[in-house]
Amino acid sequence: MRAGAEPILSVEDLHTHFFTQDGVTRAVDGVSFTVAAGETLGIVGESGCGKSVTALSIMRLLPPGLGRSVGGSVRFGGRDLLTLDEAEMRRIRGDRIAMVFQEPMTSLNPVLTVGEQIAEAVMIHQGKSRHDAWARAEEMLTLVRIPDAARRVGDYPHQFSGGMRQRVMIAMALSCHPQLLIADEPTTALDVTIQAQILKLMLELKGRIGAAILMITHDLGVVAETCQRVIVMYAGRKVEEASVLDLFDRPLHPYTRGLMASIPRRRPGAPRTRRLQEIPGMVPSLREPLSGCPFAPRCPLATARCTAEAPPLEQHGAGHVVACWEAGRIGVS
Amino acid sequence: MTLRRFGRRNPTIVIGALLLLLVTAAAIAAPLIAGDPLLITPVDRLLPPSEKYWLGTDHLGRDVYARAVFGARISLLVGVAVAAVSVVVGLGIGLAAGYWRQVDAVVMRFMDGMMAIPAILLAIALVSLNRASVFIVVVAISLPEIPRVVRLVRSVVLTVREMPYIEAAVSGGSRGRKIVIRHILPSTVAPLIVQATYIAASAILIEAGLSFLGAGVPPEIPTWGNMIASSRLFVARAPWTIFAPGTLLALVVLAVNLVGDGLRDLLDVRLARRM
Amino acid sequence: MTEPVVAVQGLQKYFPVQRGILRRTVATVRAVDGVTLAIAPGETLCLVGESGCGKSTVGRLILRLMQPTGGRILLRGTDVTTLGEAAMRPHRRHAQMVFQDPYASLNPRLTAGMIVGEPLENYDDMAGADRRAKVAALLERVGLRAEAMHKYAFEFSGGQRQRLGIARALALDPGLIVADEAVSALDVSVQAQVLNLLMDLQEERGIAYLFISHDLGVVEHIGHRIAVMYLGQIVELAPKATIFAAPLHPYTEALIAAAPIPDPRARTERIVLEGDIPSAMNPPSGCRFHTRCPIAVARCRTEAPLLRQVAAGHAVACHLRP
Repeated sequence: MRAGAEPILSVEDLHTHFFTQDGVTRAVDGVSFTVAAGETLGIVGESGCGKSVTALSIMRLLPPGLGRSVGGSVRFGGRDLLTLDEAEMRRIRGDRIAMVFQEPMTSLNPVLTVGEQIAEAVMIHQGKSRHDAWARAEEMLTLVRIPDAARRVGDYPHQFSGGMRQRVMIAMALSCHPQLLIADEPTTALDVTIQAQILKLMLELKGRIGAAILMITHDLGVVAETCQRVIVMYAGRKVEEASVLDLFDRPLHPYTRGLMASIPRRRPGAPRTRRLQEIPGMVPSLREPLSGCPFAPRCPLATARCTAEAPPLEQHGAGHVVACWEAGRIGVS
Repeated sequence: MTLRRFGRRNPTIVIGALLLLLVTAAAIAAPLIAGDPLLITPVDRLLPPSEKYWLGTDHLGRDVYARAVFGARISLLVGVAVAAVSVVVGLGIGLAAGYWRQVDAVVMRFMDGMMAIPAILLAIALVSLNRASVFIVVVAISLPEIPRVVRLVRSVVLTVREMPYIEAAVSGGSRGRKIVIRHILPSTVAPLIVQATYIAASAILIEAGLSFLGAGVPPEIPTWGNMIASSRLFVARAPWTIFAPGTLLALVVLAVNLVGDGLRDLLDVRLARRM
Repeated sequence: MTEPVVAVQGLQKYFPVQRGILRRTVATVRAVDGVTLAIAPGETLCLVGESGCGKSTVGRLILRLMQPTGGRILLRGTDVTTLGEAAMRPHRRHAQMVFQDPYASLNPRLTAGMIVGEPLENYDDMAGADRRAKVAALLERVGLRAEAMHKYAFEFSGGQRQRLGIARALALDPGLIVADEAVSALDVSVQAQVLNLLMDLQEERGIAYLFISHDLGVVEHIGHRIAVMYLGQIVELAPKATIFAAPLHPYTEALIAAAPIPDPRARTERIVLEGDIPSAMNPPSGCRFHTRCPIAVARCRTEAPLLRQVAAGHAVACHLRP
């Protein structure tokens, strides 16, 4: 697909731990991936799988004193973000890499108008004058299709609805034309009709601005609609990576297969069964060191080898990697 | 959790509690460890600390050490009694006002009125109507504290009553009284314990202030406030007369506040981790 | 026809909006404005719609956790609309609720046994051992171990908590369970477990569900009939197959089109509804959907369409359809 394109972000063997009173949680446990210029990469998984922590690790926004990336590298623009000092990181954050969060209200400052907030980012990162920055803010709000942008640029965040606020967040994130936009569950808090608007808007603007998107979501529907490549995470690890078509046509990891079978969503023409397929049991605790495959206790195909030895990521077709001892067996069936 | 680990994590509670334990033990054992606090020995007036009088004597020749130890009894008694009375009364009123709307409108206006009465003035008024006694002092200090407790309890009730598990209890057929006692009351315990320590600390201070003004416990009874009041004329000649009660007062109030602060942090963390 | 477990007629709930120190009423939110529906025993009626459409309020009104402003509620044929708390109590046991938030809906200070046993304690004067046996059976039925009754609510995972909530709702053997976004907070794999459990219980005990959800995928899986709500009113009500195959109301169409489909080959250019959901405080005149409706005409702005029967079991509130 874009295999030849030079990656703009390359995460190598990232390990992020949380240090709490009750012990160390291995939230991200050796994750590697790359994002090519202009592509949309999805990271999908259930709560606690480490997808959001991966994003926060890249942005270096882990809660101070609690979470820390203890290993690996995050290469962006020829530098390892994990080794930068805070001042250098601030220059990249919001400028070259921007982020959109699930709950826009908590990431907007309630006492500043949205115009001031967008203009401030533009002034800091691009050294524009107040006047130019304000013009840019207005232009960005028009771009994200906020009606009557010239007037609304002076409104405060609470004067916007949830969907409009997420538009403001996107406007702010894209105001400095970042190379990479990290979207962490950007539509999860929104109603379906509004979600459809926001997803459509993000994909459109991505094309105009030429940013790559790292789309973090729990929703395979959102992945199918927006992404080109997908990473499936489980228990802090990457268990499968493939192009979106490949993943949905030929899911190889038993967890991915389980996830897909348990969605009650409408697939036109898909056969209907009364019972949904369940994945028995629950996600393992990340406090205890995991031996073997983390999914083994819930896996219908697990063998003695799976509980003893962690499977490495192996290639199964072009651009399709899976961490499963039994993937060969699945691929054939 | 071992005691040592608890101490390392919560040093303020441990230091405060040890101090309080020491003072309480001394107050209980007062007749064993100190002489007669009321004994007047005119020849031994205003003596500096010595072998016989560890902390010296006052203007009537009474043993300052004995009076300070016995004074701890009154201070602690007033602190505990005021905290208990205001918390128990305030809890009952607060639960009712928070849960039953009809009670709320009436009770809260009444509480607003009560909050406007300063403890000192109320005590002076009560004492001038009755004979001065510990009981009157406890009542006078407790009354203005009650509305504060009511407000605290009510605010907790108002938050908790919106929780879905209250709706679940209602649809499961639980009656109002059961919901209040089983589902709401336990949530008020943690903030009330913390509040009780602050009330106790301020009660000890107010009691001392009342005694100092002569509106508290009768002057012959040894209390720290009375001691400070009676020695104020002799401070220049005999500073030790004011040193002992003053230091003790400050230490005890500090200790209670340390425990309160420690408990607040501890209980908050517990709640946060449980969520 | 059998008697419905619940029937509501012209149900209304208005909330006053009060401002200032005098708490003057400055506006009224019409959260539910004339809802009529009935649920047969063993049936699942799904209420779908977006936030603020009043679907959760309908559920709470039916359980009389709120006092309706107008309309009638019939529980198993009895009019309970204006019953006082004491008179309402005997009726409560027939309609129970499962909540959205598996954390906030269980008191963290109680054990699982106390939570599930509380309704039993209220209605069936059961002795300690009998009650424990019943609680154990309920826990096992929802897929938890009987020993779990000694654990505190906060010791369970999200999915297990939702099972506990279901056990509590089952305790009184109700004919109706109102499930308010009961699986929305769960991860898909756990959501599948809970949906299967709910459907098994329905088959076993003939329970009727009022299943409130914003997720069309879940609704299509579990529902028998679907009612689509918009700003306090039902705009379309039909059997599931009809709603998904041949929706009539433009809002139903848009909702179905907006839900992302987990199939990358199904990516198509589709109708995306423009604009925001209006506030229920000042609902638009005429048809409440006309501000976002792609086919609205002048009449829609002035005249409110009635919900009318267009085929057997299919009702729609639109001037232009069919």
